[in-house]
Formats: sequence, C-alpha cells, structure tokens
Amino acid sequence: MPEQAPEDRVNNFDEVPYGYTEELAVTEATRCIMCKKAKCKPACPVNVDIPGFLALIRERKFLEAARKIKEDNALPAVCGRVCPQEEQCEKTCVTGIKHEPVAIGRLERFAADYERRSGAVTLPQLPAKTGKRVAVVGAGPAGLTVAGDLILKGHEITVFEALQEPGGVLMYGIPEFRLPKEIVRAEVDYLKQLGVQFVMDYVVGRNSTIRELFDEDGYHAVFIGTGAGLPSFMEVPGENLIGVYSANEYLTRANLMKAYLFPEYDTPPISRRRVAVIGGGNVAMDSARTALRLGGDVTIVYRRAREQMPARIEEVHHAEQEGVDFKLLTAPTRVIGDARHRVVAMECIQMVLGEPDSSGRRRPVPVKGSEFIMEIDTVIVAIGNKPNPLVPRTTPELNVSKWGTVITDPKTMATSITGVFAGGDIVSGAATVILAMGQGRIAARSIDAYVRGEPLPQETLPKEK
Amino acid sequence: MFEILDKREIAPNIHKAVIHAPAVAKKARPGQFVILMVDERAERVPFTLCDWDRDAGTITLVVQEVGQSTRKFVLLNTGDSIAHVVGPLGVPLEIERFGTVALAGGCYGIGATLCTARAMKAAGNRVLTVIEADSHYLHYFRDELQAASDELIQTTIDGSEGIKGHSVDVIKQKLEAGETIDRVIAVGCVFMMMLAGNVTKPFGVKTLVALNPIMLDGTGMCGACRVTVGNETKFACVDGPFFDAHEVDWDELWDRRAAYSDEEIHAVARTEIIDHHRPAAARARLA
Repeated sequence: MPEQAPEDRVNNFDEVPYGYTEELAVTEATRCIMCKKAKCKPACPVNVDIPGFLALIRERKFLEAARKIKEDNALPAVCGRVCPQEEQCEKTCVTGIKHEPVAIGRLERFAADYERRSGAVTLPQLPAKTGKRVAVVGAGPAGLTVAGDLILKGHEITVFEALQEPGGVLMYGIPEFRLPKEIVRAEVDYLKQLGVQFVMDYVVGRNSTIRELFDEDGYHAVFIGTGAGLPSFMEVPGENLIGVYSANEYLTRANLMKAYLFPEYDTPPISRRRVAVIGGGNVAMDSARTALRLGGDVTIVYRRAREQMPARIEEVHHAEQEGVDFKLLTAPTRVIGDARHRVVAMECIQMVLGEPDSSGRRRPVPVKGSEFIMEIDTVIVAIGNKPNPLVPRTTPELNVSKWGTVITDPKTMATSITGVFAGGDIVSGAATVILAMGQGRIAARSIDAYVRGEPLPQETLPKEK
Repeated sequence: MFEILDKREIAPNIHKAVIHAPAVAKKARPGQFVILMVDERAERVPFTLCDWDRDAGTITLVVQEVGQSTRKFVLLNTGDSIAHVVGPLGVPLEIERFGTVALAGGCYGIGATLCTARAMKAAGNRVLTVIEADSHYLHYFRDELQAASDELIQTTIDGSEGIKGHSVDVIKQKLEAGETIDRVIAVGCVFMMMLAGNVTKPFGVKTLVALNPIMLDGTGMCGACRVTVGNETKFACVDGPFFDAHEVDWDELWDRRAAYSDEEIHAVARTEIIDHHRPAAARARLA
C-alpha cells in the first residue's frame, strides 16, 4: 500500500498509508481464491463476511462491499486500520501459505473509505421499535458496537460518555497518523443517523449509578464498556518526577486535546528533547511515534526481546523507519531528577531471557551489575492499564476479579447483576479494539434476548485468537 | 452547552459563576469538583464545587484567572455558554457529627468552604470557619459563610481586616488555648494547606486537605494528578481530592503543579494582553 515517506511523515500528523486506489483494490481482491469453506470469516472476532465483500470489490461494487461489511461490523474504517489482521483473518488465508495473504484489512479500509468519501452512506431499514431502552456506558469500541447492533434490533439506545467526544480509545489513544479522528467522527455520525443517542460529559458511577439507570431512568438493560482507564506505573523510584507520564496522559493530550496544534488549542503538548518510552506494545509505538513528531529523539525501552514485543509488526516497522531507537532486553530501575524534581536521566539494567513464564514467553532476568544511565528528560510509561474503578466502586453488587476487571460469563457477557452486561477492556484487562468489539457483539446478542424476555443464546461466536 | 446564568467579579480576580448543569447539581456533594472546558479547544480544568441548587439545576463555582483557559472563562458573561461541564467528580467529603469542625479557606477555597460549612452544620457540628486573604478587599462570601457557620473569623496577611496572619494561625491559637477541635478541613493554595497540616500535627487533630494537582480527564484515566500520600501513589481525581494533610508529600505536589509552567507561560505570551473592559473584543482575539 502506498504510504508517506518516513522523512516526510515524522514532520506531520497526517495518516501514514494513503490507502488503495480502485485499481489496486480490485487487483488485490482478485487474489482471493474464494475458498468454499472460508477460514478467514470465523477467524474474525465479529465474523465479517470476508469472501462476500471481496467478491463485491472484485465486481467493482464498492458501495455494496462496504454495506456487506457493515452488516457485521459497525466500524469498518476503524477496523481496517487498527485490527491486527495478521493475527486473525489474514493468518488463516489459504493464499498466504505460499504467497502474501490477501490484504483483507486494507480492502476493508478501502471499501469503508470509498463509501464515506462518496457521500452515499445509506441507512438500513430499521425494524419496528420494541420500546426497550438500553443504556451503554462508555463510547469506546465495545460500547459503539453494542449500540450499532442493538439499534438495528429496534431498541432505544443511549450511550453515556465521560469525555467530551465519543470514541473512547479511538479518540484519546490512537494517534491521528494511524487513525484520523475525522473517520471516528464519521462512524459515530452513522450511529447517530441510525438513532443512537449520545450523552457526553456524563460519568456513570457519579451522575447516575448502574442501579439508578434502571430504577430512575427506566432502562431495561445496561452495558458496561468503561475500558482500561487507570494507567499502571513501573513502581520504581522517581516515578512521580516531573517528566514521567503515563502513555494515557501523553496520548490524550496529543490526540483528544489536540496538543500538537498548540497554541491553536490550549492544552500544551509534552515536547522535550530526549524521550524514553517504556513498553513494547502498540501503545508504546503510538507514544514513540507521537514523541518523534513533536520533535524528540525517542528510544523504546523494552525488557524482553524483539520477537516478544506485543506490538503489531507493522507498527514496530513504522516506528523503526521513522527513526525510533530500540533498547531491548533493558528494564528501568530508577528515574533520576534534578533539584526541581525534573527528570534528567534514567537508570536501566540489562536483561537476559530465562525460562518461559506462565504466559509462555521466556522470562527476562536482570544481569547483575549491568546497570547503566540513559540521559533523558521525558519518560512515557506504556506498560498497560488497569480497569477503570469508577463503576465497580459505585456498584457494590457487581462482582470483580482481584485485578478489578468485571467478571462475566464469556458466552453471554452477563455480569453478576441481572440485566447488566459488560465487555471490552473493563472485562479483559487491556486488549485490542477488535476483541472489545467481539465482546460487544456477544453482549448485544445477549441484551437483545434479555430485553425480549428470551433465554440468552449460549453458542459461542467464532473463536478468538 | 451549559449556560452561565449569572457571573460577576465579587472580589478582584474572584469570579463567581452560576452555571446551568442539572446532571451535576443533582448529585453534587461537598468536597466534589467539576471539570470544565470553556470551548472545544480549551483545556480540561478542575474547579471545586462551592454550591448548587438541585431544583434549579445550577452549580456555583469560583474561578480565578491564572492562565489561558481560565482567562477564556472569565471573559464570558451571563448568558454565554460553556462547551463542557462534567461532574460531580471525586470522592465526597465525609460528613458526620464530629463535634467541632474548623474549616480553613483561602483564595478559591473560601468559596469551596461554603457547602462544607452548611453540610457540617446540618450534621450537628459546631462549625468554626476561618478565611484568609492577602488583604481586606480580597475577602468574599462573608454573609453566606456567616450564616452557614457558628463562628466566622477573617484574617488578612497585611492585617487590614480581622486578625493579621494566616487562617491556620487562628486554629493554632485555639488549639494552644485548649479549645477542642475535632476535625480540620483546609482548602486553598498548596502552601496554606501544607501550613494547616504542620500546625495541627502536634495536636493530633485529623486534618483533611483538598489537593489540586494538574488533571486532564478527572476520571482516573491519565494519571497526571498522582500524588504521594502515606508513601503510596494516589490519583487525586478518583482517590481524592481530600487526603490526610499529615501524610501528603508536599514537596512533590508543589513541583508537580508547576510541571507545565514553561508551556503555560509560552501560551499566555502568545496571546495579546486582554483589555478586561472590552471582553467582546478580547474574546474575538482569543478565538
């Protein structure tokens, strides 16, 4: 796929890949051999009819292709960009055994972009209103999926969001150059056109409790999709020095608050010279590439080896191309500040890989006496998030695990409270956009049955990775 | 949008604003705060709730102009609207019958003391309110606080009205004189709250302070507001804003509040000097 040259894109926040042209898309879709029993479809967490939409692209029926995807996926332009397709649909592609797999993700993105740009977004026929009201807590990927699925079933949907704009991590977390915010807004607008109500600046847990949503506001079911909104820190000395940020703060400033457009926007960016990003996931890559664009020299510090980085290969590759430095098998031991408590350096220790741990990955072990000092002025901690505590703390009857995640039945996403369902990072800890959407899909199916007074469907959706 | 129903400068650079925000007013409790975004490009800035009216669906805030976003706010007038108001956030203050409760307020904290005084009095406490300002003309809410408290004492740093000195000096004198104070709640600048903790510690009086670090989302998401209390990292937005003054790492809070001072100075320097007598023109330049 054509993309901006690395030397250009480090100076802007525009999207990196340009996307397929019509010709490229048709050529790529023609590579699909149309397997009778397509393995790609069940490998998709929301079960998109992949051969179906590829066939339509082949016939140049691009609008129809987009509509085909939307039958199963409320956010195709988002998923085409941020799904780890290489671990899901594309991993099972038969063409991929001998050659490159069909670029399903890029084609999904193409179809969705084509429809959006054509302005020919059409709304499906909505069924008669059921009179059932569902409250969705959190306007992130899980909540948007639930809203999109249930509005098509004729229910009345209200989405409550604490921040000023819907989208959750799609707005505050994933940077503009990877997922333009205009696209998130367009996908949210589509839901609004379908009739989904959005209430911004509303904190469930504070403005209403879950119980009050039923008793006072008359909702028949509630979905909790409040995400992994409590950043973890490293628990090393010096972590509260000025210049140590959670990736959430760093990215929220840049993305949601548009700090990269400061002073046109009022929120100041964090733009210092020498930046260390701790972690090896997609959030670490996003932070590193944002810091580059804000003018820093950036080093990723990760305690395991490259093969064990949880980030998508494409993201690591993009970061590398743009000039991010990698210090692998390295772990911070303390952050060092000056007299004004501002970060001036970080002490790290070298690691070697030992025996596999419970996750199956070889455990990094520190090498005695290998400590060294990195001169830096900014540390961005991207080692994960804990679940947001607001709803669990204000809902005593909601069962949560020792990690603070909401306990659900994986077949139905039902919680310990009747009529309350949950999905996304508030359930799984910290995972991907598409897994959150997959859980949203299951929850929506259960909520639909629940409000109709039917038993909850128990059959599992296609297996997730 | 959230309409400003009434706004006036009740003391130099002390702006009282009554804002229509029914969802906030419905659940507001003493000690909680809101996050406000003046327009779609503004910062998210926390403000302590001073008062509210559940029936009218309004909240009352006190705002001081200290930087770009608060400058935008004070340029608004009655009838204008604010883009976003979210709250009530934070853990409400524990309101019980403690006996005698001393409330210390300074700067914006004078306003924040009002709802606490009322609630503490309603819970059956003897409420001693001590408010401080640099000089007599910076005091405000006197009548309201007088009505809400059993005793109201004013101090000024320059001695121009009431007792000369800090509010905590009054509390200290009372404790030294053997008067029983069961709980102290201090809201104001970092220095004033730190002093409050230092003064009450030898007497073992439980002292709560409303910490005011920089916040972004206010719901636990960003971690910008982390403070060290009792050697543990806490998030002021979801664990606070009230903490035990005797356990707070004050040096760290002091520094962290200045984390963006360079950027803030940069922002203010890049906007023109505002003529407060012509707010419409000033707003146009800021837009």
